[in-house]
Amino acid sequence: MATAVGTVGQTTEHSKIWEWMTTVDHKKIASLYGVTGFTFFLVGGIEALLVRTQLARPEGTVLDADLYNQLFSTHALTMIFLAIMPLGASFFNYFIPLQIGARDVAFPRLNALGYWMYLSGGLMLTLSFFFGGAPDGGWFGYAPLSTTAFAPGRNMDFYTVSLLILGSSSLIASLNFVVTIINMRAPGMTMMRLPVYMWMTLVVAFLLVLSLPVVTVGLIQLYFDRNFGTNFFTPATGGDPILWQHIFWIFGHPEVYVLILPSMGIVSEVLPVMSRKPLFGYAAIVFAGAAIGVLGFGVWSHHMFTTGLGTVPQVVFSASTMAIGIPTGIKIFNWLGTMYGGNIRFTTATYYAVGFIALFTIGGISGVMHASPAVDTQHQDSYFVVAHIHYVLFGGAIMGIFSGIYYWFPKMTGRFLDETLGKVSFWVMFIGMNMTFFPMHFLGISGMPRRIYTYESGLGWDTWNLVATIGAYIMAFGVLLFVINFFKSMRQPQTAPDNPWGGSTLEWATSSPPPEHNFDVIPEVRDRDPLWYNRDHGIELPPKPEHMHIHMPPPSYYPLIIGAGVTLVGLGLLAHLGVAVAGALVVVYGVWGWALEPTD
Amino acid sequence: MGRSGPGRIIALVVSLGITLAVSGLLYYWFREAAFLGNDYQSTFEPASENAEKVHSVYVLVFWLAGAVFVGVMALTLAFSLMFREQEGAEAVQTHGNSRLEILWTFIPVVIVVAMAVPTFDAIVQIEGDAPDNALEVTVVGHQWWFEFRYGDEGIVTATDLHIPVDRAVHLSLLSGNYQADGSFIDNDVIHSFWVPRLMGKKDIMPGHENHLWFTPTETGTFLGQCAEFCGLSHAKMRFRVIVQTQEDYDAWVAQQQTNPADPTDEQLLAGQQAFSSAGCIGCHTINGVSQGLVGPNLTYVGERSTLAGGWLDNTPAQMEAWIRKPSSVKPGSHMPDGLVDNLSQDQVDALVAYLQSLR
Repeated sequence: MATAVGTVGQTTEHSKIWEWMTTVDHKKIASLYGVTGFTFFLVGGIEALLVRTQLARPEGTVLDADLYNQLFSTHALTMIFLAIMPLGASFFNYFIPLQIGARDVAFPRLNALGYWMYLSGGLMLTLSFFFGGAPDGGWFGYAPLSTTAFAPGRNMDFYTVSLLILGSSSLIASLNFVVTIINMRAPGMTMMRLPVYMWMTLVVAFLLVLSLPVVTVGLIQLYFDRNFGTNFFTPATGGDPILWQHIFWIFGHPEVYVLILPSMGIVSEVLPVMSRKPLFGYAAIVFAGAAIGVLGFGVWSHHMFTTGLGTVPQVVFSASTMAIGIPTGIKIFNWLGTMYGGNIRFTTATYYAVGFIALFTIGGISGVMHASPAVDTQHQDSYFVVAHIHYVLFGGAIMGIFSGIYYWFPKMTGRFLDETLGKVSFWVMFIGMNMTFFPMHFLGISGMPRRIYTYESGLGWDTWNLVATIGAYIMAFGVLLFVINFFKSMRQPQTAPDNPWGGSTLEWATSSPPPEHNFDVIPEVRDRDPLWYNRDHGIELPPKPEHMHIHMPPPSYYPLIIGAGVTLVGLGLLAHLGVAVAGALVVVYGVWGWALEPTD
Repeated sequence: MGRSGPGRIIALVVSLGITLAVSGLLYYWFREAAFLGNDYQSTFEPASENAEKVHSVYVLVFWLAGAVFVGVMALTLAFSLMFREQEGAEAVQTHGNSRLEILWTFIPVVIVVAMAVPTFDAIVQIEGDAPDNALEVTVVGHQWWFEFRYGDEGIVTATDLHIPVDRAVHLSLLSGNYQADGSFIDNDVIHSFWVPRLMGKKDIMPGHENHLWFTPTETGTFLGQCAEFCGLSHAKMRFRVIVQTQEDYDAWVAQQQTNPADPTDEQLLAGQQAFSSAGCIGCHTINGVSQGLVGPNLTYVGERSTLAGGWLDNTPAQMEAWIRKPSSVKPGSHMPDGLVDNLSQDQVDALVAYLQSLR
């Protein structure tokens, strides 16, 4: 079914559902990522609420140890792999082509495949609760606790298999993003005219391309240890648990930047537009982002300061970790420099962006604190680190994502989110967030270790645990207000103008929501802030041509078939290898059909 | 550009005021959490020489962090107030300022260097070898209890680590099980030895022997807890370090080195028999009575401050609850439920009385 030359956006004879299942349109795929990612964000939030409810009082009886361990492990896995990364991928998908002035990503069908594999891995991980038990060895899955001797159930197999699928999904998506950004920029858009958000996307995509293969190897080794009797990580038979830690964190630390850099990019878009002035120190912010990406590969052992590394590795990894504080500091100062001298419109997106600066700074500061191995021996595996990661991931990543949602919602849907409700929801979330996570600093200082399902009274931990739990419910209420806002807004008519915030980047040069082909005429870029340049120089966008000869890729069901095959392979690895073989055959069939599918 | 003249100054003062007020409140709470006194596990009240070295770095880092916090928070607030949208105001169209940007690249550099130098100094000191005259103790991590073996003294105990004050103690950390022939099998998971007041933590890695040393400077009981997630009852893997005067410690060693006297009391004798007939001897050692190697050595269990990996008080009632159904106290406990189900209540009482008498 081809999109005939000379027509765009033609209706199909198929149903809406089939249209979504076979879509290769980056905007539709972005919507799928967004809705699925947010749903998993709610799931991860419920898991967190259960964990916090158990910890509200000493010797809590809401959960037993087993379920608690499953919930804290799955909470982390869900938030990292099923919520924050896909929500990032949603924005990447939607705005890479729009911000660089392209009609779609480089490999539209691969893009669809990435989504279907994500859905498959996400469902597998979440539904494991109903099929013998969810992963219970932490998101880090340290061996030997994750090997069959100590984890005989299927729990940790769900971990390896679903992470393998999710990792492949991210790898596919990242390769696509790298190729798209490097090759498909509009005329005039040099690398140093690339919007900062695109730069951060590019860095993130490279981080994933380089780090995911490492953890893939580790996960396969762990799966083999568990199922085929190999001995990579079992010390009693000559394996080495430290090996797993190195492999995991060479992936795991860049992963942290995978989670935070997109939000740094969003803030770098929102702040200049809302301040009505260009980003302060564009080059410095870009280089700082790239430097964080590069240094991010040289710091993994700071997760292992207490494992007996010895003096020299401690000094080296401490130095490299502290060095990351420098580009991070540069970014924070440059955002403040962007605000300085501005005429700042305080929309909900601005609230979240400024909230990001404040809260991420707290997470950044505590991060530099435990860059010192001496201090880290007291912080590691205590609630101080729990406070740190949540200031980075909720105060940073999630705040940035919400800023992006409010900023781009009119572009994506043609509708505004309610600003008043948005600001109320921001303040509720902000207060709840600080009430939940700041007390965790105090708990850490009082010596409370993390990942404990219960604690005795009389250690000075009771009050702050209760406060944190109350804060978690307040935060959940703030998220609920956002959900209400979303549904309320979706019932409004599409009235958003092309460029409601006075933005400077190309996505604001097309309609809200954009047509399937994004731009009637690909705009020419003359400056880092192309729309502002055009405005200041009186340059009009070219008029809509009478005949548009635009070739858009046709829909395809092969991504769905390969996705289904991969799901079967995954289920086979969990149940019976015969099923995996059948799944592999489906994948081969899908690849065959894909390769021979006509593209017009 | 934003508010002018007095408005700007008011915005600055208000921002700084709010930031300092918030910081003051947070500092108050930090102090409350940090200075808890004895019988807590604060990370901020060092009671050993090496912990003191860590602490001095910690304090420096804490104040640097506080300064950055105050600075960034005050500026963020101030700029939000100063440059909030104004009728008729225009934003200043700047793209950057190289001099300023170079300056604020140096601010984090200076902070980081100020942290790095004392950090490296501390690492070299605390990671270095223990003094030659240090007391040697091997710590063995088990799911979910700590075993302490004094090689030179020939003492094996659990959950309470006795050490003398003002003498270095050198801990060798192992995870697994000693066998009857003296060999060691690394068949346990990763744990972490953490007594916050005495020293930062060090992981107990199967397959790697880790080391930790410190010189306690105060007598008293110091709470410790496993800090590395190690499975179902990770929360209940606790222990205590009892720092004693040299005389008290010597007396404790002398007592540990003798076997407990054979019971003469009838009930205790029955308890000792129950210890065999219920199968306890298969896993537990009582010097002169049994040689089990799986569970904790119970030679002087009656004098320990706690039971079940530091989760229960060592009272007869708690001990009975523990041996009747270990899994109800510690989920996943390797000591099976129902071991004493075939004994009469009198026999269980006798068993508990016997174990309590080992002091």
